[in-house]
Amino acid sequence: MRFIWYIANKEVRTYFASPMAYVVSAAFLAITGFFFVASVSDAFSEASVRGFLAGAVFFMIFMSPAITMRLLAEEQKIGTLELLLTSPVREFEIVVGKFLAAFITVLAMLVLSLYFVIILFVYGIPDVGPILTGYLGLVLYAAATLAIGLFASALSPNQIVGLVVGAGLLTGLTIIDFVSDRVTGITSEILDALQLGASFSVFDLDSFGVAESGHFADFARGILSVGDVVYYLSITAVFLMLTVIALETRRWR
Amino acid sequence: MIKLEHMSKYYGPYPAVLDVSFEVLKGEIVGFLGPNGAGKTTTMRVLTGYTPPTRGDAVVAGYNIVSHSLDARRHIGYLPETVPLYLDMTVTDYLNYMGSLRGMNRSWVNERVPKVIDTVRLNDYRDALVGKLSKGFRQRTGIAQAILHEPDVLILDEPTIGIDPIQVVETRELISELGEDHTLLLSSHILPEVSMICRRVLVIHDGRIVADDRPDHLSERLQHSERIELTIRGAEPRAVIGEMRDLPMVVDARRDNRAESVARAERDGTMPLIVDARPNARATEVIANKVIEQGWGLVNLTPLPLTLEEIFLELTTEEDLG
Repeated sequence: MRFIWYIANKEVRTYFASPMAYVVSAAFLAITGFFFVASVSDAFSEASVRGFLAGAVFFMIFMSPAITMRLLAEEQKIGTLELLLTSPVREFEIVVGKFLAAFITVLAMLVLSLYFVIILFVYGIPDVGPILTGYLGLVLYAAATLAIGLFASALSPNQIVGLVVGAGLLTGLTIIDFVSDRVTGITSEILDALQLGASFSVFDLDSFGVAESGHFADFARGILSVGDVVYYLSITAVFLMLTVIALETRRWR
Repeated sequence: MIKLEHMSKYYGPYPAVLDVSFEVLKGEIVGFLGPNGAGKTTTMRVLTGYTPPTRGDAVVAGYNIVSHSLDARRHIGYLPETVPLYLDMTVTDYLNYMGSLRGMNRSWVNERVPKVIDTVRLNDYRDALVGKLSKGFRQRTGIAQAILHEPDVLILDEPTIGIDPIQVVETRELISELGEDHTLLLSSHILPEVSMICRRVLVIHDGRIVADDRPDHLSERLQHSERIELTIRGAEPRAVIGEMRDLPMVVDARRDNRAESVARAERDGTMPLIVDARPNARATEVIANKVIEQGWGLVNLTPLPLTLEEIFLELTTEEDLG
């Protein structure tokens, strides 16, 4: 178990020793800041973080795979994966360690974003509940997207492949309602159940609503539902397992 | 310490290693010799637990590499062919990290890291970024991580590939020193290297072991001809070569074009030749008589041992024919 911590610790250091963490944080705060400002700058607009949440959910489709693309692809490319896999370390310890490093990095960004909340409290009287559930939902959503990104990174020694596959999977799970709207019955329900976050109503700049469909909707409204929490935890667990399997199959090639 | 029993490894339908069995005892230094693509790296990857064998068993330090993989891996130090380094870490940070991944505790890591840095002579570069080091120094960093956790078995895959000649010499010296207190399996396609460092050589070709012997025994066993170095003063080269070729046991005679011989010949005004003769025909005596009979100056007449390189060529050619 301590190997998980050693690996996570090394990777977090690598993130903050390179421009990566700072560039991505800056982009994250700029993009979500735009959504936040647009959602609260009208007279009589609601003092909520829904605009920020919409921006974050949208931006993480690209940001999460960008953060994770290096983690396993580079180890394969420079040959250090051979070293890791011949050390007395289990595959799941490697995968969980890498995942935690990316997760900690994103958590740091979310902490920085709390200044939006401070602004709300200074200039308005926000409802605390939706802010708490919104952030909880965002943490869970981040975990799920990072797990998918990490899986994509395990597939190829090429980081760009990891980025494209990761963003592709996330986009697919996000716009899955395009498909589910056009089919009926159980298929439609299954597809709806798989929908990752907000759909494209993120771009509906009038409402700044997070989509009605998708597992993020209730978090943004201030509703905490066990089903949504289980969904994000399951996606995270399933993709971490798939990543372990991807690493194990590398041994056979 | 290392035991392979009827190990085969297939990549898809293609065998990379076929029915290989050998054993390496504690303290042995064994060279693993073969051309590129012969199956050296695959065999080493099986032994280090990187990839499981398709058939057969591998046991390292008493642990089966498949069923007790973690236990076996704890006892192995491994340097893969592409030296696995994190270029954005310093030498010390890298070794600290590798130590912790080997399950070493903090105090053991703190004690070992300065020692191995000293062993591989990187004292002046302990805080340098690995990415800034020359290839030879990177190789040493790679060797340092392999010996860090005091493994029983050391497996080095092509440790001198791609580094400059002076550093090759230093790396070989380093490996010879390591052989004094490790069981060592070293792969190479450079033959003099193996004969220099190892007391036992395994030759692998097309995924099969084709020879397993001491380097000097290998040369005796495979000696098909005797090679003689002959240096003459005061004679016409073409005449000497002609006379030599006329001798019954001589297979071939030609000018010695090795750089050192040519340089010495120019300095001394002599003529160096290489004569190949059939074995056990007293060739040196006959050649000496001939030189004296012709009234030439005999400067040097020495039988040369065949190099492992040539033995190896023979081995692989024979395999090809079979």
